[in-house]
Amino acid sequence: MSVYETFKKSFWGPTIAWKRLFTKPVTIQVPRVYREASERYRGFHVNDWELCSGCSTCSKVCPTDAIKMVPVDIEVESGKKAQRPAIDYGRCSFCAMCVDICTTGSLNMTREYIHISDDANTFFFLPDETGIHHQEVPLGYQRDEASELLDLERVEMEELPADERVDSFIEYVKGYSREQAIAEASRCVDCELCVDVCPANMDIPRYIESVFKNDTSEGVEWIYKTNPLPGVCGRVCTHKCETACSIGNRGEPVAIRWLKRYIMDQESVEDIIKHSKENISKKGKGKIAIIGAGPSGLSASYYLSLMGYKVTIFEAKELPGGVMRYGIPRYRLPDEALDKDIDVIKALGVEIKCNTTVGKDITLTELKNKYDAVFLGTGFMLGRSTKVPGTDHEDVLMALPLLEKIRDYLRDPENSEKPPVPDSLIVIGGGNVAMDVARSIARLQRMEGKKVNVKVTSLESMEELPADLEEIVEGREEGIQFFPSRGPKEVIIENEKIKGLKTIACTRVFDDDGRFSPEFDESDVMTIDGEMIVEAIGQAPDYSYLPNELREKLEFVRGRLMVNEKGQTSIPWLFAGGDIVNGPDIIHGVADGHKAAVGIDEFLTREEG
Amino acid sequence: MSKEVKLFLGPNHPGMHGNSSVHLYVEGDTVVKARLVPGFLHRGFEKLMEKRLWFQNLALIPRICVPEPDINEMVFAMAIESLTKTEIPERAHWIRMIILELARIASHLMAMGGIGGATGLYTMPYWTMPDRDRILDIFEKITGARIYHMYIIPGGVRKDLPGGIEKEILAVLDYLESRKPEYENLLLKHRVIRTRTKGIAKLTKEEALEMGVTGVGLRATGLPYDIRKIDPYARYDKVEFSVPTATEGDAYARFTLKYLEVQQSINIIRQCIDMMPKEGPVNIKFTRGSALRLRVPAGSIYCHVESSRGEYGYFVVSDGGEMPYRIHVRGASYPQGLYGVESKLPGTRLEDVALWLGTMDFCSPEIDR
Repeated sequence: MSVYETFKKSFWGPTIAWKRLFTKPVTIQVPRVYREASERYRGFHVNDWELCSGCSTCSKVCPTDAIKMVPVDIEVESGKKAQRPAIDYGRCSFCAMCVDICTTGSLNMTREYIHISDDANTFFFLPDETGIHHQEVPLGYQRDEASELLDLERVEMEELPADERVDSFIEYVKGYSREQAIAEASRCVDCELCVDVCPANMDIPRYIESVFKNDTSEGVEWIYKTNPLPGVCGRVCTHKCETACSIGNRGEPVAIRWLKRYIMDQESVEDIIKHSKENISKKGKGKIAIIGAGPSGLSASYYLSLMGYKVTIFEAKELPGGVMRYGIPRYRLPDEALDKDIDVIKALGVEIKCNTTVGKDITLTELKNKYDAVFLGTGFMLGRSTKVPGTDHEDVLMALPLLEKIRDYLRDPENSEKPPVPDSLIVIGGGNVAMDVARSIARLQRMEGKKVNVKVTSLESMEELPADLEEIVEGREEGIQFFPSRGPKEVIIENEKIKGLKTIACTRVFDDDGRFSPEFDESDVMTIDGEMIVEAIGQAPDYSYLPNELREKLEFVRGRLMVNEKGQTSIPWLFAGGDIVNGPDIIHGVADGHKAAVGIDEFLTREEG
Repeated sequence: MSKEVKLFLGPNHPGMHGNSSVHLYVEGDTVVKARLVPGFLHRGFEKLMEKRLWFQNLALIPRICVPEPDINEMVFAMAIESLTKTEIPERAHWIRMIILELARIASHLMAMGGIGGATGLYTMPYWTMPDRDRILDIFEKITGARIYHMYIIPGGVRKDLPGGIEKEILAVLDYLESRKPEYENLLLKHRVIRTRTKGIAKLTKEEALEMGVTGVGLRATGLPYDIRKIDPYARYDKVEFSVPTATEGDAYARFTLKYLEVQQSINIIRQCIDMMPKEGPVNIKFTRGSALRLRVPAGSIYCHVESSRGEYGYFVVSDGGEMPYRIHVRGASYPQGLYGVESKLPGTRLEDVALWLGTMDFCSPEIDR
């Protein structure tokens, strides 16, 4: 049938329209008549400044470049930026991608339809909680799980299961495969919040990007700009960067530490050495002595070598590495990873004189006379005791010497003293060192065919424990028992043997100002059974190598050396860093070493001038 | 012999979406030559897409076809899903069909209203535009926006349907069906309109095929070419609908088919609401990582859908990077808007020029890429 026949011509047909003549129009007079928008309406932006971290992810995803990060005069906590997104409504396409990708959930849209103003500047707008019209307007479009543009779940790191890993000191974290690393790197939104909180200010987004681009060689370059111990930090860094990671606001932070390890695992030591040697750019004139081959000393030596200085490290122990070699157990940091980092440093010409104790084998004054500047990186190598009754018993040990003994024994069982392996152990302390002791002894117990019987007691509650969460979780998986919120009262000794530890409840660890000021409930007593006790409540520096006349000229605060921003002490030729300046943390040591290297270079250059 | 005069039609002709101009050379009231002058809104869509992340393009592509933006989202999503070999959740397929058909109705209503601009029947746009607005209300509730929805995304749709929206959609469909007698009387049975459009702006099957005209323009010549039938996407193979055709190939046949297709779309939407899973996921994350670092595997694909103006397709090439390597858009309006204007307008009377432009329903941004 012809289409003309489908509908017959009608003279009267169109006249039907007349009946609409008096029908009320469907149009409404906006803005005089308020029109309620739908619940999902993509109107104007609102931003909760309290939540917003200034990460700029909204700006990066914006297809029209309508979002600009604007500096704002507000106080922000660590891991946030003092900038907030401003929207140019001349460009905004109201797609709400910014809402979907907002890492904190601070950015939303309202149900407002119109904005009328003869001031064009009002269309460039810095949204806050009150929105463009500073009125309470119901929220419109909001992100939900389905519209999520972030990947909130971390690519799982393969680890040996607890019942296997506790049987040996083999490194239990297996590392990422290429596919896993690229997938994890693809979660990064390049917000750079991590850079600010990293003590070494590592350019984390750049090396993560190199993983994403599958160019780990470039990643090494980025890493070595600020950190010459990446193999170590890729395994045991306290990863403050991950606490600042913007993805962590709503999901699991990017596994920055594991990605760093991935990069280093891909590159051979020869390639890294080659790269480092290419960067020797300046011919520094002078000799530098460094005391202590720990993180800060090694870091300082690397950067000073790059500047062309002749560097000699004096190390009291048999091998370089300090706490990395003698404190951290092998299952977390194998010797091979540490040696790889140190080999790179040595290849630059750094001389490491081991078994040389400053103050005994050579004095600081002698060093001062032979070298142009001296860097102190002696670390916290002395243990602290609770000094409760009974701690003078021979089976009450200090954490670090025990860990050192364990590592020596594992490295060379034939020529080393075997560490004690009790049937039951009590560890006092809640930090990473306490976990290291507990997990190491648990392994030795299993290796000797015993049952794991290790108890950790701490002043802090489980939520307050200063140890890394994964250490606590993994320790628990390996059979470690926790007795939190307990303070040691007395070591119970019967027939000259330790039977246990009498503890009382700790009701509060910190005062209202956050200072360490524990309070106890003496009526709440509990005895923890055990035949050996290890105190792991912190470490202290050993300044015995400092001659009195120098010590008098130096400034100390609570046992730590005071230095300026370049690591220089009040004695111009003497620089310091690491634990004795910033407390026990490898990455702080690395940063201090780098800063001091720059400081020493400036000091010597000025001297020359 | 009369003098040849050059007339500028546009660039702001009310019967057209977006801006493009037609330069007409007329002798008396007969067109002797016609030239389409694009470039008034040239935004270099295809090139821009190469400079934007895959996800950022979601905000750009709807602009290529303003009256029916969802088709861009659909083909773009289909291309990425093909390259990543992703099967999206079942419910998402049905929701997409509802969106696409609602968009088709909205586009057809707009086009039918456009006949008013070409013939002086201004009651038509006064009726169709508010009726179309009811569909935009639905879009606002589902997607959060009235025109640029940015709702169909790679992996499914951006959000699930809001609670109770099915009822509201059905109410709008009932309303549109109740309007049928009025539309028919006003437009299709109208003596003047019929007289003005029958045999005007005619296109033969051969001409249509030669130029590459698809959609209503081709179906009005008798060929039932409809991508939904010949290469079904989403779940079009699961629903029943017919493809209205005509043989006259003129302006009247074209807008009549548009009108008949509205009913087919209504039928499809009703079936979708009946047949789609009542719950379940509506999108799937087809790759790890944030939207900023989405990579699409290397390869190329051509995906096409049936838009209200014909075959609409994207040829997408990925080099495995974070941005498309190349995207070429096969705009449905291109043949009738460019070749058609230049080859079919000469010989027509001046007042019939707008009937070609209106009933061919060409969309300037599709040409002006």
